[in-house]
Amino acid sequence: MKVRIFSVVGAMLMLTVCSKGDQRTAANAASRTVDTTAPAAAPAAAATTSAAGGTISGKIKFTGTAPRNPAIDMSEEAACKAKYKTTPTEENVVAGPANALANVFVYVKAGVPAGQTFTAPTTPVVLNQDGCRYHPHVFGIMVNQPLEIKNSDPLLHNIKAIAKKNRPFNISQPNAGMQTSRTFNAPEVMVNLECNVHGWMKAFVGVRPDPFFAVSGADGSFTISGLPPGTYTIEAWHEKLGTQTATVTIAGTETKTANLTFAAH
Amino acid sequence: MISALLLIALVTQDTTAGKVVYQKWCAGCHGDQGAGDGVAAKRMIPPPRDFTGAIYQIRSTASGNLPTDADLMRSIEEGLHGTAMPGWKARLSDRERRDVLAYIKTFSTFFADTSLRPQALDFGKEPSGGTGADALKVGRQFYDSIGCRKCHGDLGRGDGPSSPTLKDDAGHPIFAADLHQNWLFNGGGTAEDIYHRLRTGLDGTPMPSFSDLLEQKFLTETELWRVAQYVRSLSPAEPPAVRDVIHAPLIDRALPHAADDSAWGSVDAYWFPLVGQVIRKTRWFAPAVTGVSVKAVHTADSIAIQLTWDDRSESPDTAWLDHVNRVFASLEQDSGGSEQPALWPDQIAVQFPVTIPTGMERPYFLMGNSTGPVYQWRWASNARTAAVAGLARGVERFDPISGAGVGAQAVYDKGQWRVVFTRALASPDTATQLPFRTGRAIPVAFFAWDGSNGEHGTRMAISTWYFLALDEPVPARVFISPVLAMMLTLGLGMLVVWRAQQKTSFRKGRQQ
Repeated sequence: MKVRIFSVVGAMLMLTVCSKGDQRTAANAASRTVDTTAPAAAPAAAATTSAAGGTISGKIKFTGTAPRNPAIDMSEEAACKAKYKTTPTEENVVAGPANALANVFVYVKAGVPAGQTFTAPTTPVVLNQDGCRYHPHVFGIMVNQPLEIKNSDPLLHNIKAIAKKNRPFNISQPNAGMQTSRTFNAPEVMVNLECNVHGWMKAFVGVRPDPFFAVSGADGSFTISGLPPGTYTIEAWHEKLGTQTATVTIAGTETKTANLTFAAH
Repeated sequence: MISALLLIALVTQDTTAGKVVYQKWCAGCHGDQGAGDGVAAKRMIPPPRDFTGAIYQIRSTASGNLPTDADLMRSIEEGLHGTAMPGWKARLSDRERRDVLAYIKTFSTFFADTSLRPQALDFGKEPSGGTGADALKVGRQFYDSIGCRKCHGDLGRGDGPSSPTLKDDAGHPIFAADLHQNWLFNGGGTAEDIYHRLRTGLDGTPMPSFSDLLEQKFLTETELWRVAQYVRSLSPAEPPAVRDVIHAPLIDRALPHAADDSAWGSVDAYWFPLVGQVIRKTRWFAPAVTGVSVKAVHTADSIAIQLTWDDRSESPDTAWLDHVNRVFASLEQDSGGSEQPALWPDQIAVQFPVTIPTGMERPYFLMGNSTGPVYQWRWASNARTAAVAGLARGVERFDPISGAGVGAQAVYDKGQWRVVFTRALASPDTATQLPFRTGRAIPVAFFAWDGSNGEHGTRMAISTWYFLALDEPVPARVFISPVLAMMLTLGLGMLVVWRAQQKTSFRKGRQQ
């Protein structure tokens, strides 16, 4: 517990000090349109201002057998149920061909020079509640970047953020077309989002102080670009399978490959 | 740099006095480091507040915001109804309460962040006419359209379709409030309290804030107030008072065997609180049934007792198995080992002594003991129309009696059980089964189990002894005597008047 408090204090102090450091704009760096039907395949930091930066890309895989995602019983919500031809399932472990693993949040955990700060894009990340599921299921956002939460279902969803380093929230959207904007003030991997009306609805958001993050697509691939030269620790986070890390050194504008493998039990 | 210094200054402010108060009175539940993990924490649902996250349910501020000092002080002074948190106004001095409040805030760095200064919302004023039919109709309409029923249920008994899945931020099980029991609402039971909760939400729980809906013009402030007033209308004007003696009137029609027989409508109800059984192992600190309402009537030869209680689930119900898992995970098991959830039924038991005691002495209230048994009627939801009568000799031993002649009928309706027991007044065996007699105070006690809350065996809700009195038939002279007395008075009066008139006419005759 103490460790956590210190880390919060530390992060806050760091931010305070950092704000006096040299400003580097990363406008649009983390902005993107989120695919509302499939796991977010678009690399998070695809369009970066720093054209000269290096790139880390790779594939996320898993060994073993992926657990089956439980079917969701939507009989209480006819309007959601009607949006599916086959019984929808939870998205705990979304596997692609050749043991590719989707919905893995990959980010630079260490190596970004201290004192370097990034301005959050004003373009919001959109979280859509559609068919009583969250789209996307896993995503990243920058500190202070707006998160636009919208309801495409004609029924009540509550959106509860469970966080430790950020303040939580729990708001309601009882009808289709409702829209609310929220921001997160501190880096946190991950903040959990859930709907208590529909216990199966879960989303995970990685809040970062920089634009160097991505979410693996259906084929397990990810790309983080715009990195200045340096040695980075990247961490891959999966909601069920834990975390994996790799160290990558970038010199110039090269593209380095970092493949990460999780073990499914 | 300045903010860093300020932070350090705030964190290191002198809270020694508050720490002393905290360690003496609060740490047992909330833990030495404020993490909600004191020694008693594993015996509570809901668990004590974890102060390190600074997430508070009862606030006047927007969802996710810190509470104001006044909010914290209210919870310290008044306690939180329906939880183990008592009010401290009588125990701690003003100074001590202020000191401990300041100390509690040091457990979280959020309070030191000057950018998060909490500010109370503007709640406006409660619109008048909130108890009128029109206002309640508007309230009901928005109760449905903003989705209250999803968790709180159609009639507000906390039995909505999502209720089995509810948990707090830490994964502890949590019930949607039974809106018919406003005296148990954490933040208070007035329409104003309810409106505040609708605006702020209960952070850390599934209850969201509905403030956004005002900004988005989904409904007006008045309409949201109407929801609060409608919810308030579901509970009685005053919390039910406990009366010790259940009066069972004599009725001159057929005994109402059915749980929803219209004859029950005109019978007085008596409410009794139930508490967790924490005397015998395995003890139970989280009973789901908080009280039972009792009605009784009798005819010349039989008795019927109707028991009504709110229960969020019609057990056994597989939808609640995960809830049972969460309950078991949150509570310390004092029986050793960990029990697996199972599909237990709901149960109710009515307890009497074997014979009506002549003096003050009654059997041990908790199901008697080996030398002093008690006579019980038991009903379980998996055998709806069957009641079992028998003798209990302590919580571990129950010996059913065959052919005891106790009947039962039950109805489960939107979060409520209504069960009627019937039996002949005369006992088939006076040595083991209580004969009911009129005009006597017959001890009676109640026990309830919510199977979907993991309750069975000694994990139950219990009451103490109360009394049941079968009103005696009123003898015919009670009705005839007043009439006779009236006629006699009238007759005597008329005689006096007649005599007086006689005398007057006699004198008149003499004068002529």
